[in-house]
Order: sequence, then C-alpha cells, then structure tokens
Amino acid sequence: MSQLILFNVFNGLIVGAFYALMALGLSLILNLSGVINFAHGGFLALGAYIAYTLMPYTGFWGALALAPVLTAMIGLVVERLLIRPLYGRDPLYSLLLTFGLAYVLEDVARAIWGAQSLPFQVPGVLTKPLSTQFFFLTGYRIFMVVLVALAVAGLFLILNRTRLGMRIRAGTSDLETVSTLGVNVRILRNLNFGLGIYLAGLAGVLAAGLLGLEPTIGTSLIMPSFVAIIVGGLGSLPGTLLGGLLIGVASGVTTVYFPSATEAVIYVMMGIVLLVRPRGLLGEEGRIQ
Amino acid sequence: MNAIQHAGAPAVAPNPVAILRERAFTLVVWLALLTMPYWMGAVGGYTELASRVVIMGLAAMALNFLLGFTGVLSFGQAAYFGLGAYGTAMTIKYLVPSTPLALLVGIAVASVAAMVIGFLIRKLRGVYFAMVTIAFGQVFYFITFRWNNVTGGDDGLTGWRRQPLHLGFADIDLLAHDKVFYYFALAVFALCVAVMAFILRSPFGRTLIAIRENERRARFLGIPVEQHIWLSFVISGLFASVAGGLYALLSNFVDPRALRWDMSGNFVIMAVLGGMRSFWGPLIGAAIFVVLQDFVSSRTENWMSFVGVFFMLVVLFFPRGVLGIFKRRTSK
Repeated sequence: MSQLILFNVFNGLIVGAFYALMALGLSLILNLSGVINFAHGGFLALGAYIAYTLMPYTGFWGALALAPVLTAMIGLVVERLLIRPLYGRDPLYSLLLTFGLAYVLEDVARAIWGAQSLPFQVPGVLTKPLSTQFFFLTGYRIFMVVLVALAVAGLFLILNRTRLGMRIRAGTSDLETVSTLGVNVRILRNLNFGLGIYLAGLAGVLAAGLLGLEPTIGTSLIMPSFVAIIVGGLGSLPGTLLGGLLIGVASGVTTVYFPSATEAVIYVMMGIVLLVRPRGLLGEEGRIQ
Repeated sequence: MNAIQHAGAPAVAPNPVAILRERAFTLVVWLALLTMPYWMGAVGGYTELASRVVIMGLAAMALNFLLGFTGVLSFGQAAYFGLGAYGTAMTIKYLVPSTPLALLVGIAVASVAAMVIGFLIRKLRGVYFAMVTIAFGQVFYFITFRWNNVTGGDDGLTGWRRQPLHLGFADIDLLAHDKVFYYFALAVFALCVAVMAFILRSPFGRTLIAIRENERRARFLGIPVEQHIWLSFVISGLFASVAGGLYALLSNFVDPRALRWDMSGNFVIMAVLGGMRSFWGPLIGAAIFVVLQDFVSSRTENWMSFVGVFFMLVVLFFPRGVLGIFKRRTSK
C-alpha cells in the first residue's frame, strides 16, 4: 500500500511538474501583458510535433534542444502579428483571439500529423527501470523531473540575473515607468512572450515522451495550469510553481483513494483557496482587482 | 427597450428619432422571430435550426447580462447552460416525465451552482475573473464525464424525450412537430428576455450599468459592488440554464460538450459578434454563428480552423459587433 501511495505521489509530482512548466509560461505572459494565452496548450502540442519531425535528423537530444526554440520563434511571430494589436484593449479580446488560435493550432496539428496517436521514441538509456522494487522510477521520469527543475532554475536565473529578466520583473509591477525609463516595451513583451512559449514547447517535448503524441495533448494540460496559477497566487512565479506541484500531487494521491475524483479535486482545492485566501497562497495583495 | 440600448450613453435627453428607430428595430426582431419557421426553409435552413438560433440567442443574451451590462468577464457560462441541460434531461429520465418540471429542476440546479461559484469569485476582476470562471466551468464537465453510469459519460444521455405539456384546458404535444417546439422555445425565450429587460430597467439594473462604467465611483456612492456582481452572476447563470434546458429538449439528447470550455467561448463570440453594448446584439450574433456553423460543418472537416480564424477576424476587425458598427454609423 505504501508503495502504491509513493507511486502515485511520484506520479503526481511529474504531472505537477508539467502543470508548473505550463503555468510558469502562462504566468509570465499574464503578469507582464495581461493576456491569458489560451493557445498555450496549442503551442505545447506544436513543440511536441516539431520534436517528432526533427527526431529522424537530429536524434532525441537534438530535438529536445531545438524544438522548444523553434516553437518560441513561432510564438514571437504570433505575438507580433496577432496579439500586439490588442494590448491596451479590453482583455476580453486577447482571450478570444488566443481561444481562436488554440482551435487553429489543434486543427493544424491534426491536418499535418494526423488525428491518430503517434509514438515518440525516447533513448533506451532513459527507459530502463532503475529498481525492481520501485518499478515506477524509470530513468525517463527522473530525467524529466531533473530537466524541469533545471528549466525552472534557469528561468529564475534569467529573471533575477539578466538585464532582460530584471526588465520583465520591473515591467510586471509597473510597465509605464519602465517604458518612461527608455525600455522598448514592445520588444520586452515580445521576448517575454517567446520565453513563455519556450517553456510550453519544452513541456511539449517532455510530455510527448511520456504520453505519446496527440493533437489534443495540450488541451488536457491547460485547465490545470490555470488552476495552478490561481492556487499558487496571482502575480507570483514561485507561487505558480508551488501551485503546479501541489495540485499535481493532490490529484496523484486522490487517484489512490477516490479515482473518479482525480480531476475534480484540483477544482475543489481552487475553491478552498479562493474562499480562504482569494489572492492565492503566495499572491501579492491587490493583484486580483 | 430604448432605455437599455442607450444604457452606455451619458445622461442626455434621448433623441425622439433614435427612440423611434429603436422601437422599430425591436418590432422587426419580434416579427422575424415569430415568422422564422416559415421563411427559414426558403433561405436554406430548417425549423430545428430556427429553434437553435432562439436557444443560443437566449444563452448569449444571458451571458451578455454579465458581460455587456455588468462589465464582468465571464468565460465559463457553458457550465450553467450544461447544468440546465443535464438537470432537465435527468429529471425526465429518472424522476418525473414532465417538461416544465424538468426545466425548473435544471434551472434550480444551475442557479445553486452559480450561487456557490459566484460567491467564491465575487471579489475577482478582469482577466482573473475570466480565468477562474473558465477553470470552474471544467468541474462540471469532468463530473458528467466521469459519472457515466448516471450521466451517460462521453456518449451523452439518451433514452428520454420531451413530454407533452398539460395546460389544463389543452394538451400540447411538443414532439408532434418541429414548429410546435419552436413556438414553445420562443415563448420561454420571450418570457426570459422580458424579465431581463425589466431587471435592466429597474434601479438594480441601472446600478449594474453604473458598476460597469465606473466601479470605483459606484463603490464610493456606497453601492455594495460585490453583492451586485454576485447577484448578476446568478441571474446570468439562471437564464443560461433555461437555454440549456431547451437545448436538451430540442434534440432529446445531451452530452458533456454542452458544458465544455469551447461552448463558453462560443457564447462569448456570439455576444461580441452581435454587439455587447446592445440588448439584441447577442441574438444577432447567435443567429450568424449558428447558421454559419450549420453551413460550414456540413461542408468541411476543418470546422475548428474555420471557427478559430473566425474568432480572430472578429476580434481584430470587428470588435464592436454588427450592432455596434450600425449604431456608430447612425449616431454620427
């Protein structure tokens, strides 16, 4: 029994790592530009499919390195052409636009790569179980957790140590002042969007290795990412990370005791958080208004 | 109706010509609705499509009560639409074979859900309100999806049909003819629209518009903004659930797609397409959307791309909606 619980906690942690990676990208874009990127799941799927296409030429490692970058470049173009005209307008419009974009991305993936599930080969080194007792600890799972941890560490390094990151953080709290100080806010928003999409692409490649490839792969991950942001606290990236891991583990543990509530439990958590602490666990005061 | 359509305008003496024009427009809308089953065939439609226009129109107008007249960005309206649909369907299937009673149960279930969720989110605004409503909308999707021995799961709930109405003096067999159901749906639509128009004209409705225009000022005037938004959320969910109940009755079937996030998005685009700032706008938007959906999905596999591009085009080039553009032209 304890092994079963451990298995599900670990599973939850992995799922939570996905949610966190998605939610961090969403959060970056939301905090700086006030845009809920509904198409984030579509970009995740795009990253996964690009990796699939690159694999025969570059191998797994090459695809892992290149696919998120290519996805981010598509993201930069999309931001420039479609989302930039909507800054400063009612947030309703950017939400509707990314909503439509999510549809288009899913349909494009279906048209190019087909609706059926595709296998995604992970190098043999990573697929061997590491221990017979803890059968669930395959190398790929450990690798994923480590990679997500590295990506998150990298993100926080960028945000705290580079000029771009500091500008993003400054813009999050007061974009107007940053603009007055001579920073090109358009470019800042563009790069920030690309950074968020990079994380989505990375999550896509990793998810493909675990779940296989389907056009709807992103749609199932985006709703929990919203929940992760709300639970963790609006405006706080560490909060988003915490929220993602927390809801992942919570749904993992629920699978053991009450399998039919696996999805519902995270929304119950969201309800409790909103009731007790509307701004979320680590949220800034005043952000929600 | 003119008072509502001018709701966003500053307090100037209403122009008598404008009032006349609004009244004429309202008259045209009702005439079109009353005769729709008779000309729908001539323009390539069918009676069921007309019923769908009315039902989706009601759902979009219910959403617009919140979106256009309270200024709150709700993106999870499908939850209440779907709860109304499931409440109605499950009552007929498992409890009592009565159409009006089933509708009432559906409305009650959805209203209670809207009350609970509205209470949790009444302090949130803007994008955050939208995000939380989207997320909460998914709860009911998963419940119907997972609880498949009762709700039919992914395959939907079948094995039930709408029941005849017993009015005391006459029985109306709603199944007999598509047109009979159309006029039943239109009667329910008329009742709901009248009540919404009445609420919007009341002091409570004017207060909602005041909150939309300037929340901070409304707060300084001592208006309990949170309670107003909460109540508006419940009213909007209630009327959405009426539309959902009718939607289930229309096809004698309901499946989880009725309460999934894409349905919420459809309602929002209907409201935006028609014009959020006008009372009838969402109905116009719903008519365009429903007819277009019927036309395109029968001709191409790639319905999703079509809708997606349609969303983007509306947002980029048509954000004021059909009536918004019309109104701007006439006011110049």
